[in-house]
Amino acid sequence: MPEMVFLQGNEACALGAIKAGCRFFAAYPITPSTEIAEVMARELPKVGGVFLQMEDEIASASAVVGASLAGVKAMTATSGPGFSLMQEVIGYAVMTETPCVFVNVMRVGPSTGIPTKPSQGDIMQVRWGTHGDHAIIAIYPSTVEEVYRHIITAFNLSEEYRTPVIFLMDETLAHLRESFFLPRDEDIFVVERLKDSFLSEEEMFLPFSESEYAEPTPLPLVEMGRTRFHVSGLVHDESGFPFTSPDIAEKLIRRLVNKIRLHADEIALYEEYETEDAEILVVAYGIVARSALKAVKIARRDGIKVGLFKPITIWPVPASAFKRVAEKAHVIIIAEMNLGQYARELTFVLEDRKGKVIRTLNKVGGELITPEEILDVITETQVEI
Amino acid sequence: MPVNIKQLAQEFEKKEIGITQGHRLCPGCGAPITVKFVLMIAKHLGYEPIVGLATGCLEVSTTVFPYTAWSVPYIHNAFENVAATMSGVETAYRALKAKGRIPEGKRYAFIAFAGDGGTYDIGLQALSGMLERGHKVLYVLYDNEGYMNTGNQRSGATPPGSDTTTAPVGKKLPGKIQLKKNIVEIVAAHENVYAATAALSEPLDFFAKVEKALNFEGPSFLAVFSPCVRFWRVNDDQTVEISKLAVETKYWPLYEVERGVYRVTRKPRQFRPVEEFVKAQGRFRRLLERPDAKEIVQELQEYVDRRWERLLALEEATKDKPIR
Repeated sequence: MPEMVFLQGNEACALGAIKAGCRFFAAYPITPSTEIAEVMARELPKVGGVFLQMEDEIASASAVVGASLAGVKAMTATSGPGFSLMQEVIGYAVMTETPCVFVNVMRVGPSTGIPTKPSQGDIMQVRWGTHGDHAIIAIYPSTVEEVYRHIITAFNLSEEYRTPVIFLMDETLAHLRESFFLPRDEDIFVVERLKDSFLSEEEMFLPFSESEYAEPTPLPLVEMGRTRFHVSGLVHDESGFPFTSPDIAEKLIRRLVNKIRLHADEIALYEEYETEDAEILVVAYGIVARSALKAVKIARRDGIKVGLFKPITIWPVPASAFKRVAEKAHVIIIAEMNLGQYARELTFVLEDRKGKVIRTLNKVGGELITPEEILDVITETQVEI
Repeated sequence: MPVNIKQLAQEFEKKEIGITQGHRLCPGCGAPITVKFVLMIAKHLGYEPIVGLATGCLEVSTTVFPYTAWSVPYIHNAFENVAATMSGVETAYRALKAKGRIPEGKRYAFIAFAGDGGTYDIGLQALSGMLERGHKVLYVLYDNEGYMNTGNQRSGATPPGSDTTTAPVGKKLPGKIQLKKNIVEIVAAHENVYAATAALSEPLDFFAKVEKALNFEGPSFLAVFSPCVRFWRVNDDQTVEISKLAVETKYWPLYEVERGVYRVTRKPRQFRPVEEFVKAQGRFRRLLERPDAKEIVQELQEYVDRRWERLLALEEATKDKPIR
């Protein structure tokens, strides 16, 4: 029998991370993510891991990058103001291709905002918060069970693509308690960091070269030890040494973006519900997807042809899947707790709207979007069709 | 000149001290008492206080929407930058004054309030910058030895053996193992500053230091021992009692450093063992249950003893030898 647990989102995040092999966690207290640190402080020492409380979020993020380069899977957790402070280090992790996971439990912003209320205001910051051209992977679960399952996915993707992965959570989900069956060990897939024995004695490890197998898949990061590393946020060649040559810069930046962009379909995680014959398509992610699911179910009972598309990897956008389900829909309703950050992106993804109507439902006051509110928009839309 | 208590009492009766009742801080919290003491003296000396706050209990609990407990100009920016924000405010004031746009006779006191998280840890860089540039700001630290606003996490100010959620006392580790940072020494290491410690159990000493700090030509810093009844696990009528214990056990020595010159301002005739301070608070309860409790308390005793001896030696050595 699989084990049934009753966990809070923040607890599931911490325990899932440990399951994924996270053995280093550095953070700074901030509402509403603090419980992740508290659970890590208690649980990590039991499995031989290290918890460090740092002096601020810049230090937390930096320690995580340092630990990961030293060969340990590492994570930090924070919320809006702390996530803003971490942006420089996220860019550094992108540039140095360091696998690590940044959890951002979103609260109302900008600035201090409302520390105890939910928001989806960081969607674009997650994508473009750090400066310079880059690609990013961001995962956004909507149930406590998904938190547990996909924090493991986050670690796997960060190892596979050698990139920081942002794991988004809602304040509501962070503090929500739900029961679910823990996945059995044999059902959990974990990407392990390669040992340096993978290299032959003479081989010179070039950590920043393209893999010869399937371009532009990055070479997996090898544990520090025998090989010499030169790690720097400067533009560098494949050995890691700084270069300012336009050719090298062009190649590097394109590779950093392409290694994720060209694999978007493999990375994509999403769920769809009743989209087969849907004339109205609701798009929602995170905690809002749960209100949306309820609304769609009620509307279906009333005979309205409506479906739900829930992106789980919000970056890169699961574009192929979205375009497919959006194909048949006349109306697309995008519900989000911000002023249309993802709606804009999805409209862009759609390229040719073919007369489709895009409606948005936005709320930024720190309250959840309710199923009724989404249902109202569905019903109104139905009348118009 | 020492503050006239009678006049001060009259000031207090007017209840126009800059912070009002009705805030949501816990009964017995040291922070609002600290604020009252500081603002009261500032007003008494004829200053108009301009207040800056770092994120923390004090900020959150005095500004619960739609109310504010502050009746003086107030600015809260973020967790790490109250010193930098007040540097900006003070500089703008000087610029306006140079242009003659500040009415004659107006005297402002720029006062920053921050907890230990916003001072020892995330705010240290901004504090150091403010001190180094020499802004005339009084920075008041209410030191409750942890991140109490987010529910008791360890900070650079948490003493060893104290039970916090991120350095819990367990079977393996006796809670936090590092000593508390010596923040007054860090501040005093800057040129031309006034730095002092204060305790709520010694109001006259407290008042004298606020006065000195406000009249000091340069940055000033006051570290106030500020019990947190909630997470130190003490009763809400014990704030003063615990402060008194902290002073009498050498845990919180009262002294000041003015341009490098040390002066110990309270020298208790008789000291009490630091064990009494530890035993009086629930935050050390789990430590005391450990088999190595005695050694850990003994280590703390030795540390406070040595620090006290060192303070006396510094007082002797720096007498009449200001840095500048």
